[in-house]
Formats: sequence, C-alpha cells, structure tokens
Amino acid sequence: MTIAFSKPAMAALATSALALSACAPKAPEDLPPPPTETEVLPPAPVTPTPTPTPTGPQVGTQSHFEQAVGSASVIYFDTDRFNIDSTDAAALQAQAQYFARFPQLTFTIEGHCDERGTREYNLALGERRANAAKNYLVSLGVSTDRIRTVSYGKERPVALASNAEAWAQNRRAASIIIN
Amino acid sequence: MKTTFLLPLFTGLLAAAAPVSLAAQNQDLPDQASDILAEGGVVEDVAIEGEAFDEDGPLRGTVTDESDWQDLGVAIPAFATDRDAPTPANADGTRALGLEIARVITANLRNNGLFKPTGPDRLPAPQFAQITDPAWGSWSGRGAEMLVHGYVRARGDGRLVVGCYLYDVALQDELVREGWVVRPADWRRAAHKCSDIVYARLTGEDPFFDSRIAYIAETGPKDNRVKRLAVMDSDGANHRFLTLGSATALTPRYSPDYSKILYLSYVDGNPRIYVYDIGSGQQTLVTENRNPTLAPRWSPDGRHILYSMAVAGNTDIYRVPVSGGASERLTNTPGIDIGGSYSPDGSRIVFESDRSGAQQCYIMNADGSNQRRITFFGGRCATPEWSPRGDQIAFTRIAGDFNVAVMTPGGRNMRVLTRGWQDEAPTWAPNGRIIQFFRTARNSGRSSLWQVDLTGRNERKLPTPVDASDPAWGPIRP
Repeated sequence: MTIAFSKPAMAALATSALALSACAPKAPEDLPPPPTETEVLPPAPVTPTPTPTPTGPQVGTQSHFEQAVGSASVIYFDTDRFNIDSTDAAALQAQAQYFARFPQLTFTIEGHCDERGTREYNLALGERRANAAKNYLVSLGVSTDRIRTVSYGKERPVALASNAEAWAQNRRAASIIIN
Repeated sequence: MKTTFLLPLFTGLLAAAAPVSLAAQNQDLPDQASDILAEGGVVEDVAIEGEAFDEDGPLRGTVTDESDWQDLGVAIPAFATDRDAPTPANADGTRALGLEIARVITANLRNNGLFKPTGPDRLPAPQFAQITDPAWGSWSGRGAEMLVHGYVRARGDGRLVVGCYLYDVALQDELVREGWVVRPADWRRAAHKCSDIVYARLTGEDPFFDSRIAYIAETGPKDNRVKRLAVMDSDGANHRFLTLGSATALTPRYSPDYSKILYLSYVDGNPRIYVYDIGSGQQTLVTENRNPTLAPRWSPDGRHILYSMAVAGNTDIYRVPVSGGASERLTNTPGIDIGGSYSPDGSRIVFESDRSGAQQCYIMNADGSNQRRITFFGGRCATPEWSPRGDQIAFTRIAGDFNVAVMTPGGRNMRVLTRGWQDEAPTWAPNGRIIQFFRTARNSGRSSLWQVDLTGRNERKLPTPVDASDPAWGPIRP
C-alpha cells in the first residue's frame, strides 16, 4: 500500500488523528468490537478505513508500516549528534502521515548508537536520539501518548563491521509498531 | 461518548510504562529453590602453631617502583595435613586439598607479575611437622628466596583449619603466619587469605586476592548478544550466573558488604536499575519511576546509591538513600551527566559530562555543589573510577581508540596503561594497585576481561567461561 497525500489532506488527517487517536481501540480490524463499542463508533466521515489486501501485511504489523513508509521507518544521526536534519525530517514526516492514517497504532522509537562510545554514555545518547525523533513527531501532530521511547545504546547494532559505514547505519532511531 | 474507548487504550499504555510488579521484576532470575546463591560463610581467624616472633614490617617498598620483582623466587609446596581425613572440600581428602590450596596460591602470585613462584607440582611435599620447622637446606638448594608453608586440618565439626606461614629462606626466619577456620565450601578463601598475607608482607601493599568480581557474561552473535549478570572470585573460580539471560543485563556494582548488586536490566523492556539481593535472590527497582535509570554506583559506606536518569532525553545524576526515600538531583545541565564514583571518604564524586561538547570528567562535592572539569588533555574522559586509595582516578580515554588511563584527582599526570582497540570501563582492585577492564575486539565484537597493574607492564586476560564485559571489583572480604 502506498500513500501519497497532498499537504492539506495530510493536515486534515493529522487533525482527525489527533481527535481520534485517544479513542480508537487498538487494532479494531483484528478484534471483534464489543457490541457497546459498535454503537458508539463515530460515523467516520473522514476515518480512514484501510482495506488490507488479503495477501499483504496487516495493519498493526511492522511490515505493514515498513511497506508504507519504506526506508523512512529509521532515521540516522551523525557521530555523537542527536539533531534532526532535513533527511530525518522528511522521513519523520512520512512516519507522521502513516500514524495519522492509522490513529489506533502505538509505537516505540528505539534509540541506538555505534560501538565507538562507552556503554553507559551510549545508553544516554540513545535516549536523546529517541526523544529527538519523538519530539519531532509530536510537533507534526502525533500524540505523545502513542509513542514509547527506549534506548539500547550500542547493545543492538544492525551493521556488524567495525568501520565508518557500519557505524553510520547503527547511529539510528527506529520506529517499531507495538503489537 | 468516547470514554469507553479511552479506558482500554490508556490502561494498555500505562501498563507498558508503569513500574512493574515484583514478580515481573524477578522474571529473569533463576528459581531460588537451591542455596546456590549463598555467598559463603564467615572466615574466622584462629591462632596457629609456631614460635612467638616480632612483627618487623614489610620487606620492600611499593610495587610501582622500578625494581625487577620477577626475580623474587617463592616456593609454594603442597600444604600438609596432620591426618588425611575426608572433607566435602575435596573428594580425595585433606591431603589432596592441601595440594589444591598451594596451586591456588601459586596461580595468584604468578598472575600479577611480581614474583617467580614455584608451585607444588614441581616441589617435594613437606611433612606436617616441617610446616613449623622447615627443612631449610633443601629449600635454599632450590633457589627459593621465600617459602610458603601451610597445613589443612579437618575439625570434628566438619570445618577446616588452614594455617599459612611465610619464611625467608636465607634468613631462616618466619616473616608472618595466620590461620583461619572455614567451611569446606570456602576452602579457596583460605588460599586467597594466605596469598594476601604473602603479597602484603612482601610488597607492603594492601591485600586484594580475597575479593569477588561481578561482571556481564556475553554469548551469541554481535547483533543478538545475550548479556547475563555473573559473579566470580578474583581468580575466576566459583563462577555463577545470576540471571537467565532473557533480559539484557549491564553495568553491575557489588555493594561494599557484598550483600547486594546494583545493575541495569531490561527485564520490563526498559533500561532500569535494580537492587539484587544476593541472600534472597530477589530484586527491586532502585526508584519507582517511569524514566530510564542508568549507571548505578554505591557510596563507599553503602548507604547511598548514585544513579543517572534520563528525563525527556536529558540525563542527570541523582542520589537516593539505600533505605528508600526521595531522590536528590545532583546535576542540572542540558548535557549528558552520567556515572559517578565517590572518593574513598565519600566527600566528592568524579563523573562524566558532555556539557562542554564532548565527554569529559568533572568533580563535584557529594551534595552536587562545586562542579568543575578536571580533564583538559587531548581526547575524551569517560567512566571515571576513583581508586580505593584515593590517589588516582582511572578512566576510559577516548582518543581514536579507547584505552584505560589513570590521572590524579586534580586531572594531572595522565598515564595511558593499555593499548587495545577498545578498552573500556576500568574497575579497581581493593588495594588500588591493579585495574580490570573489558576489551572489545574489532569487527567480531567479542569481549573479554583484562587486568593491568599501575605500571602498565603486567597485563593479562582473565579466564571466564564465556565472553565478558563490565567488570566490577568488590572490596576485600572480611
């Protein structure tokens, strides 16, 4: 599934997401809603009702998210930095669009570091990176209640070599859908 | 109308973030049915056989001088026994145990690079009566300058009496002797106590062998490492895993009385500091809080815990009484302030901060006042640890590679002690003369524990059953 919203549509979605984010049950597509809840469901004039293709990933899964946003599910940082640069900003905007479209989703932002820092400092630096990504998403209208952050410091690298290229891949903040 | 939906969603989120129950906190710990976690009994001093002698002080100066200590030959034959008796400490009885004790002492004295010990496997075994009356001629003929003798005796109550004697062969003189009563399970402690009196008598330094080390045992590939809390004696014996490995464990610290270990666990999915009680095998959060807590440290008197906490991404250092109560915030800068190590008198704390733009080491008073940077040489300063003697601060120096270095508490006389690619997280021996750290290999990510003395010349890898990191050396045991 691809998403290509215009800016106004995105804003409308974001607004509706704010309005709905706190009241949507988790993963309604997957669970038969209780009868009482069915009665109080809004008429949903703007509620996006994704229609998952029978063969594709389900909403609420990491693969659905990654299929929708592509490489934008992860943002990358310079050595010892935690600022959101323009590339990160574009990726986070794509994430914000997705989370506006599926307001029932909650997610974790994992902060990671490369191995060229001490263990404890990197745990704190990963916290900074996860929070920098979170704060940017909140500024785009994603409710803070939907975002959990966790730092893994240098404990969970994705690139295993000890060189500049691998380190660049490991200095990251990854958004992970909470199932 | 929407409240019916609000409730399930919010309870779900809160449950994920709120402090977890005691049962959940303990889910990475082994079943406590056995007494495997018991830390052993008391080692009781006892008077042992021998002539009265005058205490006339240590033989030599400091081990950090320039003399060549490798030349001091020490003979350590098997410890004798008055009667070969069965003991739970050794399936072959007290005679075989006496041989094992001498082997442990030999390994201890060899492993710090100061002596040239000759162990029981290359020496004749003395008779019990010769322990207090050495056959001088046979030892001087073997080139031994120092002679360690000892015995093991099984008492009627099942405990062991271990006597330890140090003789100067040339002077035909007893230099020191001590004896201990130990449970059979604690026989290695007697060997370490004996090593300690020999080391202390010959070097003039404080003892350190009878001590334990907490560390993180690592297994698995680099992108999926299992990290378990583990403990062992200072020589690697009596090794135990304390956690099962389902949750990542990091950065342990033994309490000064060895009754507890502070460490970081992801057991509830978030990095948080727990107090692990060794006697009960239970653990509790150091502070009931939704924020990540990092980098735990004890105060020297064991009454306070330093920890670092990230609030909205900003990490600062806090102090909380072990007995509970309110946390006190000690740092307050927008940068990362983390770690911390008390001076031995508890009055000051050295810690790391990137408030200047990069990791550097700072000192503050124990109440957080008078914070000032002490490191101004090239490179960065991380994980500072104050020596138990107070005269040095060890730290991870980052200047391209990571190396273990020491400096004075004023930030002067910086000396780099190691040359690995990534040597990190120094911890001091109880006597402040030896440092352990962990070394990570480039590419593979394999980690191992290493030890180096203050000259930097005597470096060795510690034996651990699996890869290892984050060593934390406890104090000398009573």
